[in-house]
Amino acid sequence: MVIYGVALLAFCMLVGVFVGDILGVLIGVQANVGGVGIAMLMLIVLSNLSHQKFTLGEPTERGIGFWSAMYIPIVVAMAAKQNVIAAISSGWLAIVAGVAAVAVSFAMIPVLSRIGGGERHDS
Amino acid sequence: MILESLLAVLEKNSLITAFAFVGILVWLSYEISTRLTGGHIHGSAIAIALGLVLAYVGGRLTGGQQGLADFSLFAGVGILGGAMFRDFAIVATAFGAELEALKKAGLVGAASVVIGVVLSFVVGAIVAVAFGYSDAVSISTIGAGAATYIVGPVTGTALGADSGVIALSVAAGLTKSVLVMIGTPFIAPHIGLNNPHAALIYGGLMGTTSGVAGGLAATDPKLVPYGAMTATFYTGVGCLLAPSVLFLMVRSIV
Repeated sequence: MVIYGVALLAFCMLVGVFVGDILGVLIGVQANVGGVGIAMLMLIVLSNLSHQKFTLGEPTERGIGFWSAMYIPIVVAMAAKQNVIAAISSGWLAIVAGVAAVAVSFAMIPVLSRIGGGERHDS
Repeated sequence: MILESLLAVLEKNSLITAFAFVGILVWLSYEISTRLTGGHIHGSAIAIALGLVLAYVGGRLTGGQQGLADFSLFAGVGILGGAMFRDFAIVATAFGAELEALKKAGLVGAASVVIGVVLSFVVGAIVAVAFGYSDAVSISTIGAGAATYIVGPVTGTALGADSGVIALSVAAGLTKSVLVMIGTPFIAPHIGLNNPHAALIYGGLMGTTSGVAGGLAATDPKLVPYGAMTATFYTGVGCLLAPSVLFLMVRSIV
């Protein structure tokens, strides 16, 4: 059933965010530490296992697939609710700091990619 | 009267209105992509850019902080685009991602988060100094803001920074996230951002979850799970390092 997939997704996210909150408290920061990442790891492990040991069933997968496909529309909605005014009206310092941080970070990507020895998939 | 009832229906069913609205916006963007740019600029990149423009217009007209969602008619856009649905959809993209790619990039991915936080912090701090700030607390807060718009205020609050400086740090983080959303599809071919390995590093270096989410959606949706995975650790690591080690470093220098 489709709801099994949605529920599985919800379960992964809730557990992940909960663990992320606990991690934040443990290391003493006022933030969730990697909650969504932990949830993603759970789902990845689960979906990789499912090919070998058991099958989730096609309707269940559709329940997850739907939300995966809703990702872009949700990101578009996210863009439409950003505080763009605050980003560009706080003066030059904020803009220069933001732009410089992005430029330097972009420049580091090829450097780190090479160190990691990742092969290029030129597709 | 008809118009009034229509508006009432749209407001009462705000999330459903948001589905319809975003659907139209995405359709329009893909039409623009194929007809006006010949497919050169990805439809989702145009949709995200249009979303940001609408957020600007919304902010201008309402004076609020939620962009378009400050119009009661578009309150549902705020729900659909809020952290809850965003994170739910991000988790869903992990389904079917390759475990192998993660294992291979595990170490450099983790390193990229720490490097990313330190790099953005240092750049932000240098800019703060260049603009005349000389106290360690303000410099660190603005540096933290250059990491993400959450690390900034968390650091500023922890260090007891001035509220104006905290606002600046949020603005720096917002500028970063908007720029990452818009800039990624254009810069991606030049920095080799076309495989899971590079996406993991990209997420770790950029760190802004919304920026990475938007940027990869507009570049190649297949890369989303890898970038989002590392990015979600960034804010936590930033909140850990900025008010402690990095602040002490700044204080010892100034």
